[in-house]
Amino acid sequence: MIDVSKLTIESAHDHLMKGDFTAVELAQTYLDIIAKKDKDVNAYREVFTDVIDQAKKADEIIKFGKATILTGIPFAMKDNILIEDRIAGASSKMLENYKASYDATVTKKLKDAGAVFIGHTNMDEFAMGGSTENSAYGPTRNPFDIERVSGGSSGGSVAAVAMDGALAAMGTDTGGSVRQPSSFCGTVGLKPTYGAASRYGLIAMGSSLDQPGPIGKTVADTEIIFDVIKGKDRYDSTSMDSPFISGGITKKDKLTIGVPRHFMESGIDADVLANFDETLKKLEKQGHKIVDVTLPNIEYSLAVYYVLMPAEVSSNMARFDGVKYGAHADGKNLLEDYLLTRGQFLGKEVRRRIILGTYVLSTGYYDAYYGKACVTRDLLKKDFTEAFKNIDVIVTPTSPTPAFKVGEKASDPLSMYLADIFTVTANLTGVPAISVPCGTVVREEKNLPLGFQIMAPHFREDLLFQLGKDIESVR
Amino acid sequence: MITIEDIQKLAELSRMKIAPEEQESLRAQIESILGYVDQIKKAAQISESDAGEPKVPAGALRNVMRDDVNPHMPSEFTEKIISSAPAREGDYLKVKKIM
Repeated sequence: MIDVSKLTIESAHDHLMKGDFTAVELAQTYLDIIAKKDKDVNAYREVFTDVIDQAKKADEIIKFGKATILTGIPFAMKDNILIEDRIAGASSKMLENYKASYDATVTKKLKDAGAVFIGHTNMDEFAMGGSTENSAYGPTRNPFDIERVSGGSSGGSVAAVAMDGALAAMGTDTGGSVRQPSSFCGTVGLKPTYGAASRYGLIAMGSSLDQPGPIGKTVADTEIIFDVIKGKDRYDSTSMDSPFISGGITKKDKLTIGVPRHFMESGIDADVLANFDETLKKLEKQGHKIVDVTLPNIEYSLAVYYVLMPAEVSSNMARFDGVKYGAHADGKNLLEDYLLTRGQFLGKEVRRRIILGTYVLSTGYYDAYYGKACVTRDLLKKDFTEAFKNIDVIVTPTSPTPAFKVGEKASDPLSMYLADIFTVTANLTGVPAISVPCGTVVREEKNLPLGFQIMAPHFREDLLFQLGKDIESVR
Repeated sequence: MITIEDIQKLAELSRMKIAPEEQESLRAQIESILGYVDQIKKAAQISESDAGEPKVPAGALRNVMRDDVNPHMPSEFTEKIISSAPAREGDYLKVKKIM
């Protein structure tokens, strides 16, 4: 049996190329671990039945000398990323039997690179939540303490990597859904610049905020995946190639790191803050410069997010009508078909956000909520543009707390929303952000991981990888 | 203040049947969330001096169009798409009559 606990994409690739093990053996090792661990963790919605066949194909590609760095690498895919002819259910009863009719662009790119898809992973229904407790199929639990949540909404993808049930994974991030669970489960999670990777074939939630994001055990792993999935796509008109492809970036070893202290005065767990400060000290010792940065409108970011996101949700969810695809409940007439289908098959949190979105978009409230939120979003973008004139990156803890217990916040949606406080700004401004593990904190005799978030100017993922690797080297 | 009637109206607008016993908890939750997001009303408006300025640099936001050419073959994707429908009649989506 292969010891996968120390494997990275690069080392697995080396072993595959040298013939130390085959892609079939590697895939089988992950399948065995899933069989052992996943009944407790519930990371997977579905483990595909053709994993070994996929791995055999990868072995052939390797044999013919056509391998890329991802050939034979076992991937977990979030349940809202389409893979042709496989069920993509977004962990919702609405799409329980929905078979994707095409590949998402990220799927296609990973397929072309020879990746092996192990399965689809559990998530908050339609990616709405921060704990995977909103899945119609039960929560994904934290591999570090199964009494606790994995975080969300990409909790299944992250837990799959954290429990060694896949070497890497894809998630989606609308307000922190790749970064926050990564922080809770000790993985690296990247939200690319808005537009850096195509959204084609992701089940849409908030279209001005969504991005697919790689999850891995190391910063280098997420960088490798990002390099494969990024780029302009003819099927997503908001996607674009990095303007820095042909240069224009000045590389420097030592960065100026901005800390928005004014935004971190309350609501943060004391141990999380202590760990954050300790990490900053280590970075300073490496020669990076730490400065205070003021972002005047950042305090409004969560409020802006919880207006714009539900507004976009209410529009995107309108497509689920029991007519075109997905579940259908039969009523007396067409209107009742709609009412029953949507009332029965959309979960509580989804319905809550649709109601909220409908409210902020309705006549009489539009200007006060949606209009005002758009203006404030522009101000926030301006704050970031101004700040990045003097600093290279902005850092915060990824989440104000370590992983919380299953059920702890279930009855109070607002307290759940507050867990997104540090992550939503990157989605609102479109800047890239990464969560990198930065140590652990002990809770009830269990070591719980913490994450350190770095944000950089648009299309400067290179800075995230650079500083992320520095954090890994001193952790 | 959000009332039960507001919730009923919003449920109707968004085409969802929401059980009466759920309406009150939903009302309280929506009210509490709106109480939180209300703080955006305190956020600055675009200041007077900025008012004349365009909000985004010219060219930063634009529609992306393509030429209306090279259509796919008729019915190339029909079967793939219609086969996901809950009910069909031939190559049509089947719904209840509305008149």
